[in-house]
Amino acid sequence: MSYTGTFRIWRGDTDGGALTDFEVEVNEGEVVLDVLHRLQATQAPDLAVRWNCKAGKCGSCSAEINGKPRLLCMTRMSVFEPGDVVTVTPMRTFPVIRDLVTDVSFNYAKAREIPSFTPPAELAPGEYRMAQVDVERSQEFRKCIECYLCQDTCHVVRDHEENKDSFAGPRFLMRVAELEMHPLDVADRVPAAQEEHGLGQCNITKCCTDVCPEGIKITDNALIPMKERVADRRYDPLVWLGRTISRRRG
Amino acid sequence: MTEIERHEYDVLVIGAGGAGLRAAIEARERGLRVAIVCKSLFGKAHTVMAEGGCAAAMGNVNDNDSWQVHFRDTMRGGKFLNNWRMAELHAKEAPDRVWELEMYGALFDRTSDGRISQRHFGGHTYPRLAHVGDRTGLELLRTMQQRIVALQQDDHAETGDYEARLRVFAECTVTELLTGPSDAPDQPGAIAGALGYWRESGRLVLFSAPAVVLATGGIGKSFQVTSNSWEYTGDGHALALRAGAELIDMEFVQFHPTGMVWPPSVKGILVTEGVRGDGGVLKNSDGKRFMFDYVPDVFKGQYAQSEDEADRWYDDQENNRRTPDLLPRDEVARAINTEVKEGRGSPHGGVYLDIASRMPAEEIKRRLPSMYHQFKELADVDITAEPMEVGPTCHYVMGGIHVDPDTGQSRVPGLFAAGECAGGMHGSNRLGGNSLSDLLVFGRRAGLGAADYVADLDRRPDVRPADVDAAARMTLAPFDPPSARTGGASGADAASGAGANGAGESGAGENPYTLHAELQRMMNDLVGIIRTESEVAEAQRRLGELRTRVRQVFVEGHRQYNPGWHLALDLRNMLVVSEAVASSALLRTESRGGHTREDHPGLDPDWRHRVLVTHLARDGEPDGEHDGGVDPVLPRVAVGPAERAPMREDLLALFDLAELEKYYTPSELAAHPGNTAAPEGGTA
Ligand SMILES: Cc1cc2nc3c(=O)[nH]c(=O)nc-3n(C[C@H](O)[C@H](O)[C@H](O)COP(=O)(O)OP(=O)(O)OC[C@H]3O[C@@H](n4cnc5c(N)ncnc54)[C@H](O)[C@@H]3O)c2cc1C
Ligand code: SF4
Ligand code: SF4
Ligand code: FES
Repeated sequence: MSYTGTFRIWRGDTDGGALTDFEVEVNEGEVVLDVLHRLQATQAPDLAVRWNCKAGKCGSCSAEINGKPRLLCMTRMSVFEPGDVVTVTPMRTFPVIRDLVTDVSFNYAKAREIPSFTPPAELAPGEYRMAQVDVERSQEFRKCIECYLCQDTCHVVRDHEENKDSFAGPRFLMRVAELEMHPLDVADRVPAAQEEHGLGQCNITKCCTDVCPEGIKITDNALIPMKERVADRRYDPLVWLGRTISRRRG
Repeated sequence: MTEIERHEYDVLVIGAGGAGLRAAIEARERGLRVAIVCKSLFGKAHTVMAEGGCAAAMGNVNDNDSWQVHFRDTMRGGKFLNNWRMAELHAKEAPDRVWELEMYGALFDRTSDGRISQRHFGGHTYPRLAHVGDRTGLELLRTMQQRIVALQQDDHAETGDYEARLRVFAECTVTELLTGPSDAPDQPGAIAGALGYWRESGRLVLFSAPAVVLATGGIGKSFQVTSNSWEYTGDGHALALRAGAELIDMEFVQFHPTGMVWPPSVKGILVTEGVRGDGGVLKNSDGKRFMFDYVPDVFKGQYAQSEDEADRWYDDQENNRRTPDLLPRDEVARAINTEVKEGRGSPHGGVYLDIASRMPAEEIKRRLPSMYHQFKELADVDITAEPMEVGPTCHYVMGGIHVDPDTGQSRVPGLFAAGECAGGMHGSNRLGGNSLSDLLVFGRRAGLGAADYVADLDRRPDVRPADVDAAARMTLAPFDPPSARTGGASGADAASGAGANGAGESGAGENPYTLHAELQRMMNDLVGIIRTESEVAEAQRRLGELRTRVRQVFVEGHRQYNPGWHLALDLRNMLVVSEAVASSALLRTESRGGHTREDHPGLDPDWRHRVLVTHLARDGEPDGEHDGGVDPVLPRVAVGPAERAPMREDLLALFDLAELEKYYTPSELAAHPGNTAAPEGGTA
């Protein structure tokens, strides 16, 4: 079944831009990215949009659809009614380059600030022994496709440019947790999580978890346990709150 | 001429997938200054899409495994056409390369005794694929990305600059390699650098580097139904050809048997072979497990003959033979093709892949989480409750740049290649899981090869300004109105600023999206999974037409992040590579692996030892004729046969004579240690 859908797409660059309306064919089974590709092929050959795998695996096609941070390739048109106007805008937390493409270099800078995996000196390659249950915690975080939708949605940096310096964002706080929970990593990552990467600024709203296309429980499984480890070393009221919440749920 | 940003490095790695990153790590660890260039963001390369696993004979799950068994499986999978030296190095070194990743922080799934778990895959005798659920490529790529960051952190600690010795140029596309003069006394035609453009701004970038490692991946975007992303436009293949290197085996294109077939917008997206490795089976519309009817003669005796035996094999591999669902990919893809053609297909033109009836729902979700997610999200299918519909999809190119197995160097001094864009390793057909291991083994070797080459160099070739001008003109040409293009008119002036071309209204010129769609449809229909002489010849004719039209390609807008322009430039590569595929496919008058000729259905032993080599047609060669010499925009290719060096005797002795006789001519087997018993760990 095909119909003509209305798309409202932000077009512009660093100097500014505006929402532009398009009428475009939509076919059964399509995702938003298919429709954007049709626009490129038929009406707007220079419409800028990032994508790669078109299968939810690479995390390139992040944008906001009707205001919600989403992957363009994993948002099916069937979630809208044929009469709906579908609004597509670039991720708001990062500076626009052009149309739907944003400058995500913030994330690469943050990635560099987190000390890398620190292997145990005594083990040679091939000698690593880890139990499946022990690697599973970090494996959950390593499912991350670096779409940065969680970074985009987190209110600590969304509309708060001034916090960007001191806050690594959920994706990279989770990276700290991943290394901290790696069975063989020998570095101590707890103090830096709080003092350098801004864990204290997170007030566990779980908005990041809600938008994660990989379904990673960023807040419950990475951020709260890190806060607990911090609290084990010193008192922090938020952790106390986090713990009470999780205990009540459990 | 427009202004060009300039950089100088020791080694330029083009491609940030598994092969490129491994090469960069190696060259950097050897003390060289390295740049990595890639078309998409750092960490998004095609390697992230790999699902099933990375083959390495670690013997963690079955300790009968060894490099010899892996080597034999690889050669069989490639129908003995493989460059045996590459297959040998690959089988020997893969375990070390996987273990190394653990030192970089990778977290593979574990066995009960805490080692790296290994899973079954088609064509591998033992469970051999190191994996992380069904997102192994992501783990591999992220691990190496993080290793690069670790090296940058070391440099930062030492110099205060993260990018002192290793810099990633992301969203930057290389459009031409630059070489030194062909009459240079020491290294004629040696690599001098490369020209590219920033996708973001459209500005040109010049890299001077005496060594370039191509790690650009595959060519699948020239086909309509494909598991490959937009990046797979054969850039490395085309860049190498234009710089004077050769391609081999370009007729061999792997069609993966199981791609999604519905809905149309996801047609071609991969369904990992891990589904079958973990117990999923193929069925036709009669509910029959049809693969038992398709075991070819060369594999008779190696696969189960009944469903019972096949099902017992998952738990007891010593006393049962494996299911034919796990035959090498070319066999399975052809079988599916036949079932559909003969009317036993599923509603949307595929066959069924059933895992739902084979194991509990929770088990499926745990083992194949991204497959579960993919079908649920994209097709509204719950794979724990109903079968998937699948059909063949263009997946991988075995053919690639002809390189020295040990160093990865092409015949152009200073030009190296590794990963999917290099040829030879997989012969006529790649086994699943052998690509990720290939990236690690040969990525590292190419990095080493480049480092050694640079260390031995007395003098670095200079980039010639005239070449830079020509490459820059070529890159900007799609902005010129086609009428103004003859006589080498410069696109640079026309498109140097924003919104610079005023010729949009002229209406002349070809739309790159339209040309691309036509190319894809044509290649799919005429040079796809089953080929005939007349269809391939027709493809060549149409490629000839497209060639004229690609010259007329014209893009609107300006240079800032303009996908139409990017595609226009990619088309130039896709066309040349498609010509190489078609010309090779026409010449090989037999069927082998990823090349099936309906008009020449059997294996021909006289073709086993011959490879087809593609090079640029030189002036005077029939294919090279063109008014006024070689065409700089779309140079023509020529293809001819060459002999594959005979396998070293100790390696040949790893196979039973009886098996080799199915592939080899009698005279080639004179050197085999004889008709006596199979060697240690024989193939019986
Ligand atoms: C869906 C899917 C699943 C797969 N699963 C498996 C599996 O389970 N096991 C296995 O072994 N193999 C698998 N494969 C195959 C394997 O993933 C690929 O063959 C392999 O990842 C290729 O790696 P590479 O390093 O050669 O290239 P890629 O990872 O594709 O990287 C190519 C790089 O080159 C860059 N590049 C290309 N052209 C240019 C240019 N002109 N300028 C600058 N940069 C350029 C790209 O931007 C990219 O960074 C799978 C493939 C697919 C598509
Ligand atoms: S839970 Fe923390 S990191 Fe996540 S969105 Fe809320 S404040 Fe940000
Ligand atoms: S944690 Fe989830 S939302 Fe955040 S970057 Fe990773 S995949 Fe995206
Ligand atoms: S294109 Fe890869 S996640 Fe959407």
